[in-house]
Amino acid sequence: MTAGPDLHDPAIHAALERYWRANLRIMVSLLLIWAGVSFGCGILFADWLNQFRLPFTGFPLGFWFAQQGAIVVFVLCILVYCLAMNRLDRRHHEELERLARRR
Amino acid sequence: MSTQAWTFIFVGTTFALYLTIAWLTRVKDTQGFFVAGRGVPAPANGMAIASDWMSAASFISMAGIISVMGYAGSVYLMGWTGGYVLLALLIAPYLRKFGHYTVPDFVGDRFDSNVARLVAVVCALFISFTYVAGQMRGVGVVFSRFLEVDITVGVMIGMAIVFVYATLGGMRGITWTQVAQYWVLITAFLIPAIAISIKLTGIPLPQVGLGSTLIGDGGQAVYFLDKLNQIQVDLGFSRYTDTFVGTWDKANVFFVTLALMIGTAGLPHVIVRFYTVPSVKAARWSAFWALLFIAMLYLTAPATAAFARYYMIESLNGQAEETLPEWFENWERTGLVQWFDDGDGRVLYSAGDDNEIFRSGSLGGPELAAIRQDHQRWLDTGGVTGADARPVLRGKGLSGPDRDIIVLATPEMAELATWIIALVAAGGLAAALSTASGLLLVISSSVAHDVYFRIINPQADEKQRLLVGRSVIGLAVVVAGLFGVYPPGFVSQVVAFAFGLAAASFFPTIVLGIFSKRVGTLPATAGMVAGIGFTAFYIIASVYGGMAPWTFGLFERGISPQGIGAFGALLNFVVTFVLTPFSKPPSEAARDMVDQVREPEMVETGERVPGL
Repeated sequence: MTAGPDLHDPAIHAALERYWRANLRIMVSLLLIWAGVSFGCGILFADWLNQFRLPFTGFPLGFWFAQQGAIVVFVLCILVYCLAMNRLDRRHHEELERLARRR
Repeated sequence: MSTQAWTFIFVGTTFALYLTIAWLTRVKDTQGFFVAGRGVPAPANGMAIASDWMSAASFISMAGIISVMGYAGSVYLMGWTGGYVLLALLIAPYLRKFGHYTVPDFVGDRFDSNVARLVAVVCALFISFTYVAGQMRGVGVVFSRFLEVDITVGVMIGMAIVFVYATLGGMRGITWTQVAQYWVLITAFLIPAIAISIKLTGIPLPQVGLGSTLIGDGGQAVYFLDKLNQIQVDLGFSRYTDTFVGTWDKANVFFVTLALMIGTAGLPHVIVRFYTVPSVKAARWSAFWALLFIAMLYLTAPATAAFARYYMIESLNGQAEETLPEWFENWERTGLVQWFDDGDGRVLYSAGDDNEIFRSGSLGGPELAAIRQDHQRWLDTGGVTGADARPVLRGKGLSGPDRDIIVLATPEMAELATWIIALVAAGGLAAALSTASGLLLVISSSVAHDVYFRIINPQADEKQRLLVGRSVIGLAVVVAGLFGVYPPGFVSQVVAFAFGLAAASFFPTIVLGIFSKRVGTLPATAGMVAGIGFTAFYIIASVYGGMAPWTFGLFERGISPQGIGAFGALLNFVVTFVLTPFSKPPSEAARDMVDQVREPEMVETGERVPGL
């Protein structure tokens, strides 16, 4: 196992718990979007959405979501995840440093 | 210059490039051999994952399958990309923090059990061998079609190349070769797609062209997709963009997509890639880069599929012997497309009994020649003697051209330059070789690390382990090559098996191992065995045993074996959850390990697994 902060320290452990809960919030929101575009727009509502067109194009909307839109949103989901987690990691790191200084 | 001369130049140059990279990246230790010294930058790892992931099937067959399936082809498009979201959010960063070498490593350590480790090893080996067989075959097929060498010779050349760079450079050699292979394959895929999009719609972006109007269609602006739908209907096919046609009802589209997504996130040769980067952050970013690079091909494939469908129908229907396009004659020789006229001298490709376009499929040369002879007699005598080939071939399920022709012949259909056609050959080879090498490494590390080092001989030193790793990879190349030369009949069917098993075994077990501290050895192992057992039973029984697909009392149609992995994964979760309250919680050490895996901070230099 790689070395890192001492997770048996109660204060550090509490910081990790907070980090983990924030992580779960980000994760669940993004997974809802992931499922919404693919299973929602691309499959479950695809037949209904097909009566509309993607504006200014010849794509039936459900078809577009299934073959283009969903994939584009997948890429964006991971991008947002990386950026959000970078921020969260930075805050977590600062918190750990504050704890280390207090000692 | 002829297409063949260009092909020799491209294939020769790319192979020389791969061998040069192999020499430059040769390694001396197990860190380098199994996880590329953990020094691969995220974008490079993303490219390596992308070319590792996109196999001969993605490159050669997928656009063709979509072209025939229309909307339902989305199961592959969404299934094989959506899995990366699961990988990035649920698996990649945590496994990188765990920081060992293989997937069975994580399963064995987290659940503190060599039984779980062995189950995982067996799954990893099965999945990898299934997959690699198809890749080697793909290498042989590309060689034989473009360079007119024997399939066996083609497979041998492919084996030799992979053998050199995989044994020499291990994961490091494979990774950097894959980066080069990514560029070869994506260029080869995009150039024809862009050219054909410009020809049809005047728009260089195929993804935009697909939704635009056709040029030169009687002055009136008609959307390409509307026109394609109209042609399909006129010939008796269903509309290209219509949802849920035939066997692809809503439930099947849903579950096949889900199974492919979960399977993707559980495939060992993709997961091990995340061990090769320096940090947790880099693991997340490499998932992003990987999907971005994969999306370049997956967003283009639907356009290639639809354009090629249109081109093929338009350039064939109504043609006579003399006016048949050149590509047709070139590919007729390979058997991928065949024309059996009804006597009017005009080609007709349709969905009905009057269809005249077929493929030779698995028919042998003499068999096809006999059918052709009978058909000619039937034509010459006005139906008195001989036999109409059309009902015969229709009865064998060989209506329509082979799906591989869509990508392979598109450049010729669109009358592109000969060097572009040659580039497609190099691209197909890059796709097949890159995937094969990634899988071979998983086979090597599963045996050399998980079985030999972790179970049989924990005292083994670096040198011994490296030797075992190299020997296993060498042996695996030979076995894979044999599969390529003598393809077992089941190869195409077992791909569903590989995804099903990955979905039912690795994904739920790994996710629970990270996200729950309560799940212990027994429930996890039981869940894994139940998931695999059910999935294997369902696929074997319905593919080989003739079992009718189950409707689970919920759906109108039975669920196809391709989608059963979703239920296998669900069963794995359910069994684990039900057993957990009755079993011992995991040890203190395992719980600490979960905390460690969740904590993003790590010391980035000189890290070693204790005991190594």
